[in-house]
Formats: sequence, C-alpha cells, structure tokens
Amino acid sequence: MSVITLSAAELAGRIQSGEVSAVEAAQAHLDRIAEVDGSVHAFLHVGAEAALASAALVDEQVKAGSAPASPLAGVPLALKDVFATIDMPTTCGSKILEGWRPPYDATVTARLRAAGITILGKTNMDEFAMGSSTEHSAYGPTHNPWDLSRIPGGSGGGSAAALAAFEAPLAIGTDTGGSIRQPAAVTGTVGVKPTYGGVSRYGLVACASSLDQGGPCARTVLDAALLHEVIGGYDPLDSTSIDAPVPSVVEAARLGAQGDLSGLRVGVVRELGGEGYQPGVRASFDAALQRLEKLGAEIVEVSCPHFEYGMAAYYLILPSEVSSNLARFDAMRYGLRVAEGASAEEVMAATREAGFGPEVKRRIILGTYALSSGYYDAYYGQAQKVRTLISRDFAAAFAKADVLVSPTAPTTAFPIGEKVDDPLAMYLNDLATIPTNLAGVAGMSVPSGLAEEDGLPVGLQIMAPALGEAVMYRVGAAFEASRLADEGALTAPEVAR
Amino acid sequence: MTAPVLVDYADVVARYEPTLGLEVHVELSTNTKMFCGCPTEFGAEPNTQVCPTCLGLPGSLPVVNRTAVESAIRIGLALNCSIAPWGRFARKNYFYPDMPKNFQTSQYDEPICVDGYMDVTLDDGSTVRVEIERAHMEEDTGKSLHVGGATGRIHGAEYSLLDYNRAGVPLIEIVTKMIPDTGGRAPEVARAYVTQLRDLVKSLGVSDVRMDQGSMRCDVNLSLSPTGSGVLGTRTETKNVNSLRSVERAVRYEMSRQAGVLDAGGEIVQETRHFEEQSGTTRAGRRKETSEDYRYFPEPDLVPIAPSAEWVEELRGTLPEKPWERRARIQESWGLSDEELRDLVNAGALDLIEATVAAGAPAGEARSWWVAYLTQQANTRGVELDQLPITPLQVARVVALVASGDLNNKLARQVVDGVLAGEGEPDTVVEARGLKVVSDDGALIAAVDEALAAQPDVVEKIKSGKVQAAGAIVGAVMKATKGQADAKRVRELIIERCT
Ligand SMILES: [Zn+2]
Repeated sequence: MSVITLSAAELAGRIQSGEVSAVEAAQAHLDRIAEVDGSVHAFLHVGAEAALASAALVDEQVKAGSAPASPLAGVPLALKDVFATIDMPTTCGSKILEGWRPPYDATVTARLRAAGITILGKTNMDEFAMGSSTEHSAYGPTHNPWDLSRIPGGSGGGSAAALAAFEAPLAIGTDTGGSIRQPAAVTGTVGVKPTYGGVSRYGLVACASSLDQGGPCARTVLDAALLHEVIGGYDPLDSTSIDAPVPSVVEAARLGAQGDLSGLRVGVVRELGGEGYQPGVRASFDAALQRLEKLGAEIVEVSCPHFEYGMAAYYLILPSEVSSNLARFDAMRYGLRVAEGASAEEVMAATREAGFGPEVKRRIILGTYALSSGYYDAYYGQAQKVRTLISRDFAAAFAKADVLVSPTAPTTAFPIGEKVDDPLAMYLNDLATIPTNLAGVAGMSVPSGLAEEDGLPVGLQIMAPALGEAVMYRVGAAFEASRLADEGALTAPEVAR
Repeated sequence: MTAPVLVDYADVVARYEPTLGLEVHVELSTNTKMFCGCPTEFGAEPNTQVCPTCLGLPGSLPVVNRTAVESAIRIGLALNCSIAPWGRFARKNYFYPDMPKNFQTSQYDEPICVDGYMDVTLDDGSTVRVEIERAHMEEDTGKSLHVGGATGRIHGAEYSLLDYNRAGVPLIEIVTKMIPDTGGRAPEVARAYVTQLRDLVKSLGVSDVRMDQGSMRCDVNLSLSPTGSGVLGTRTETKNVNSLRSVERAVRYEMSRQAGVLDAGGEIVQETRHFEEQSGTTRAGRRKETSEDYRYFPEPDLVPIAPSAEWVEELRGTLPEKPWERRARIQESWGLSDEELRDLVNAGALDLIEATVAAGAPAGEARSWWVAYLTQQANTRGVELDQLPITPLQVARVVALVASGDLNNKLARQVVDGVLAGEGEPDTVVEARGLKVVSDDGALIAAVDEALAAQPDVVEKIKSGKVQAAGAIVGAVMKATKGQADAKRVRELIIERCT
C-alpha cells in the first residue's frame, strides 16, 4: 500500500514509529496533487514549501523522541479556501478576494498547525460557500474523481474530491446547508457537520453566520473523529462557540467499529425520502437500514412535519445574513478594486459588480429584499419561526430515537453543467441536509454503497442532537465497519490525466 | 436657497409650544473597543489601533466587551432606568467607507436600559423631569477626512482618508422621550439636561464626556405646535451640536426658524440638519431621494446580553453620590454661597478641590490654589483646569510644605511651576531647584550682618527702639537670599544683633 492510500490514523502511526517520515508523506501527496489535480482541480493553492517545512518540524520531534503534538501529527490535510491562513491566499472561490492574504490565522487553521498537521493547500469551493456543485467557483469547477464529467458536490467539492482522489487523507470543510455532507456523499467519503458552536468560526469567512459550521472530512469515520477532536472546542474569539468539552468522538468511533449497536434506536425521518430521490439512492438507503438492524439497532419511524418548510426558511435566512455579511467587500480596505479614481460609491458598486458571481449576487439581492422594511416580518420573521418549529421537530424525534437517518442527498453526482442554470433544481440537493443547520444539531455522511443505475457513491446521513456527536460517530463507525467487511472500500477509479 | 425668515424669540414663545427631544452619544472610556481588544485612546497615529475585527476583515468575529456592558448598565441605573434581562444586538446595514463591515452593530429594538428619568435643575432652582426612553450600546464608526472640495464633505472631495482607530469604540446612546411644556425655557432645559447628564456620566467614571473631542455628542430634536392646538408638529433632527452653549443656541435657532416657516404657511420637513458653530444656525443635510432602509436584523455573531439580577444589583451598589447631591453637600460643608459654588463648578474646579481636600489640604487653601494661581496657569496655556499636568495630590503636598514652613507662598508657586513643567513631584522640584526656606542661622546671620553693615542708619533707628524699621533690613536679606530666607527668623536675628 502506498503512502497516499493509507488512512490518516495508519499514516500517523507510521510517522510516529519512524517508518515513514512526515516529509515523505507530505511529498507523496504533493506529487499526487501534481499528478492528478490538473484533471480534478481540487486545489486553488498549493503551499508546498510551507507544507514540507511543517512536516520537517514533526520529523524533528519524532527523532528527538518527544511526544507528538497530536495523534495526527505529520498527516497532510487539504483546507477549504474559506479559512483565513496567514501564509496562503484566502479567496473563498471569489474574484473579489483574488490574491488576498489574511494578516491572521483562523482558529481552525491555528489548531491544525498546533496539532502538527501538514496543510498542503487550499481547496476549491462554490463562491463564498454558495452552491452544491463547486461550479460557482470563480476559478472553475472541481471534477468528481469518480467521473470527471460530474460534479463533486458543493460547496466543499474541492475538499471532498481531494480525499477521493488521494490528494490528501484529511480535509476541512464548512457546512451551511450541507456543504460538507453532500460532497462527502457524492464522492464516497466521510463528512461531518458538528453541532453549531462546536468548532470555532473565527477566521472562517462567513456565508450565513447562524448556519455555518466548520467540520472534518476524511475517508474513514475514525479519521474524521481524530480530526474533529483537533479542531473542536471552545474559542473565546467566537461568541457563539460552546463552552463545553468536545464530545469523545474518537472513543465513540473505536467503540462503534466493534459492530454492536444493540440498545440504540435509529429513527427514519419519514419526510426525508420517497419522492424526488433517485431509485439507486433509495435502494442504498434501504440496505443501510437493514444493515443497522443487523447490527442490533432498533429502527423506528419518526415524523418531522415542519421539515418541508425548511428549504423555504433556509433560502430566506441564508440570503439575509449573506446580504449583510458580504457588504464588507467594498474595495475600501482589501481585495479587488475597480473603477479607481471614481467616487467611493461608484468604486464600491463597480467592484461588487465585477467581483461577485451570479449566484452570490442572486442571494445578496434576495436577502436585501427579505430584510427590507415592510417585508421583514413576512420573510425573515416567518423563517425564524419555522426554524423554531424545526428545532421542536428534532426534539420530539430525538425523544424517540438516539440518532436519525436519511439519504444525505437525493441523487448521486450529476453532470457538470446540468443544473447550473436552474437554481431551484440545484437547491433541492440540500433538502435532507438543511434541517440540521437550521436547528444547530449534528450530522454526518458515511458512504452507503454505489447506486445500481450509475455506479456512483451514495451517502447515509446520520443526525444527532446538539453535542450528541459521540453516538453519531458510534453509529457511523459501526455501519462503516460492517459495510467494509461485506463490500470493501469505495475507491474511485484511477483518475484519467 | 433663500435665507430663512427668523421669528423673534419672544414672539415664537407667545404663539408656539416647542416639543424637545435629545439624543446624546457618549463614547465610553473603556480600555478596549466594544467588540475587540484594541485600545481606544484618543489621538493615536491613524490606523494604529486596529485589528481584524474592528477592520471588519473577512472571517473576523466580535466579542462583547464586558466592561462596556457594565458601563451601560451603570449609566442606565444612574438614570433610573430598568435594565433589560435579555436583549440582542442588531445590525444596522448601510454602506459608508468609514464603516468597516458596512453595517453597524447596535442595539435596535432590544435596548439594555429603558424607561428612566432625570430631574433637571434650572438656574432659578426649579426642576423639570426629563424622561429617558432608552439607553443602548453600539459601536462607533471610523473617521473620514475628505480632502479637496469646498464643503469638507464626501461630495465634491478629491479624495478621502480613512482612520479606523475610532471604529468599534463603544458608544452609549441616551434618548429622551419627548419633553413637552417647556415653553420659552426649552433652550435652557436642553442645556441643563445635557450639562447634568455630562456631570452624571463623568461621576460614574465611564467616559471623558469631552464634547470638544467628540466623546459626547448631542442631537437635538425639535418641533413646534401652535399654542393650545394640541397637535404635535413635524420635528427636525439637528446634529453636530458639540458644546453646551451650542445645545442652547441650536434649540433657540430652530424654534425661530420653524416659526418662520409655519408663519409663512409652509410645512416643516422632517429632516436631518447640521448645526453651524460659527453662525449659530442650522442647515439642511443632503436630501436623499429615498428614505434609508437599514434592514435591521438580530446580529447572528453575538449571543444575547442577559445581565443577571444579582449583577445589576451589584452594579447599583457601585453608583457614586449624584453630582448635584454632592455639590449641595460640599456647599454646606465649605459654607459656599450659590454664586461661589457656581463659579467653582463653571471653572471645573470642584472635583479638583474636593480631591485636594481629600488628600489632606484645608478647603480654603485648596480652593485658593485651584481658582487663583492654577486657573490663571490654565488660561495662559489655553487648557481646561483638569488638563493641567498637576494632580490634586501634588497640590495638597505643596499646601502641606507651606503649612510646615518648608516653603513660603512665593516658593510654593515656583514648586508648582516646576511640577507643571514636568520636573516631577513637589519634593523633587524643591530638591532640584533648591527651593527650601533657609532657616539655618549660620547662613542667615552672614546675610543679616551684611545688610546691617550696609545700612548703619537703620541699625541706629532699631537700636533707638524703632523696631518697625527692621522691615528694611528684612527686605534686603530676602532680596539677597532670592526669597528663600525664613522672614520670621530673619526679623528675630535682626532684633538680636541690634540689642
Ligand atoms: Zn480591533
């Protein structure tokens, strides 16, 4: 087995034992990126020099026999280009931030560095995390390693594709309405949206503040858990971060891998399935339920009647917050500036016209409208009420079940270009993932197999109450171990160059 | 634009009833800004007190300054407000280059302090109760300097310079309810309210409340209605009213101007006006084609402010004596007339004198230093009394040195000069300038003998019993010792040597 196909846990073990050096691991992944990223386009920026320097530090520590900075020390990682990095550009997939180098590190970035994790570079994304296909990146789409003519999901398609193409064993994403989980599902990888407030948002360039959540992406549940414990936890720089210990997700993942879920109740959300879901996705989901039952879980059906309003509420709250969060991109202090010499107002308008893509503009306009006086109560106000109702639905469902499950996305990866001009069709991709963001609870996507009709990966979504990540990881790891034993790993075909 | 027709003030008052409202912004003197750890000091080099958060850099997040919340609550309590047990910040969205995020984080419909009042005392001793609608927290904007163009405003400027040092400095906005029935005293009520509010906030130690530096800013809302009509008129909001005197002038001017418009059968336009310090007039701000829609919504990056009842009570316990109550107490204990008290207050000397007294000086001495010599020094330098580089503690030390005989009054003034010149503590100045009163007989006898030898005729007079003639010798000795001799001892020595 070559270095790049190892799991992060295995690779970390070899680095600690001295069998593989961190520099070798970094170089192997940099070579892989050089080899395939021309086709995949997962990365917007590769920081080879800094990556190798960071890895060399880990090797020095190993040689000196000192304790590793973390269980993932020396393991390479791909960072979504929405986190501030002092040594690399941070563009959020937008022209308006082309070449911008933040003068500071995001808390997540700082924690990765402190853990000795090698940051390889910054991954592609839909502009300002708005999209479900990574086609809305101003720097061109990312291609799904399973089929380069298809989308890798979005907005975090770059991070997911990097994992599936073995360009990195670990990645960081952000999930506002499914941007970690849906890419994980369509690339056959694992993605976790932690409880809102579980991972610091300081230095994460905001899309929608009340929905955004950074989280771990990996090829295995255990790897995601290891990464979760590195980035999670209270941050005094983020007022919305939860001042509580990070759930013991690594322990839970190891426990789950033993394959016993007896005594656990798994709730099937009636409203997340059926119509609009691809047959192969439904079949994979049904098989997943049987597997969970076989592992000892009790399957119960739950109803969340207000989920059907989730999409509508989401597309009022998100654009409203976007319209305000993105107001700062005005050419006055950083980023793109056009119409130099004109009045401040003209410079602002011209820069925003030139710098933002159509999806971002669409949402800014929607949000500006929804917050306007006279419309606020009918739109933003009502949407907040729906949010409360959805939280109540979750509370009622979690009274009956320890975790909830659904297909992560209604379809497998669709062809690039298919939905880019049809926003509503694009939005429907996130139907099953949006409710967890609205309620601030946790969710993850674990591969559940391939759809029969197109041979593309399908994801199983597991949702847990706020700070209930441990049980979620336990179920995910049990499911993963069982499926692997029967069907083997989901490995994308070798990327055609 | 035609010049406004102004109606004679007495005539306005005879026919119209003004309704007044005041909005006062107070910049808090917290060490750090409202939502980040940057310093708030006034006058630093532009853009040196900034960080990702107050520059609104992508990814940055706000964290509420607990001291600012504490100051807001204390102001609210001092104004007899109720403190809201739960409230959120909101975003006020509009584009302007000196706003780093293009929204201002402010409290909108959930202010922390509501429904208070302050009883305002007028010059004749009568009081008016001014009701407080709300006091809320918000962040200040940066500062723009528009270069070129005639008006100093953004329109017509060649270019603009931006300084974000002020961006994010905590502000408390204190808004009164409509103040009705003040009649001809509206200007006086406005001035008295702002004065008293300034003193109150100052006594809490939460702000410098310097109107000249913008740490206290006032907007005046005013409308007129025909006397007895009971119909509330349309109001104007006058901004940029930056001194106590201007508050009074702005109210008076708006009353005359609005009466002129109404008398001519015109309508008052609800608008923002700017006060012109030079002329004492107000002018209309730039009229916008569309009314501003700030698209307020709850700030999602902050958690609600939820001060516990215990904390509020704890803060209530920290409220100092009200400045006007304190004044009454001081007036009594120092035995001051109303006029004397008013002079001390107007000179800004009361706090300084009280602190000097607290440091051990007798009230009379403390008063005399501050209102005489130090006021003169402040005037010479063109600064406020409390800006002089001398502390009440230092003044008290000088007073003590005089009392102990180590200094006489002339030397004491030289010591004070030394302190003002930055030469250090009074004792250091005494040492360094060698200003101690000379009462050492050895040094004095030589000087006395020299003076006696120079004026044998005076010696004869003394010897013949004309002791008062010794004054001439004392003068000569003082001159020779540059005023440092102990005059009393010199006189004793002269008598001794001549008998
Ligand atoms: Zn700052």
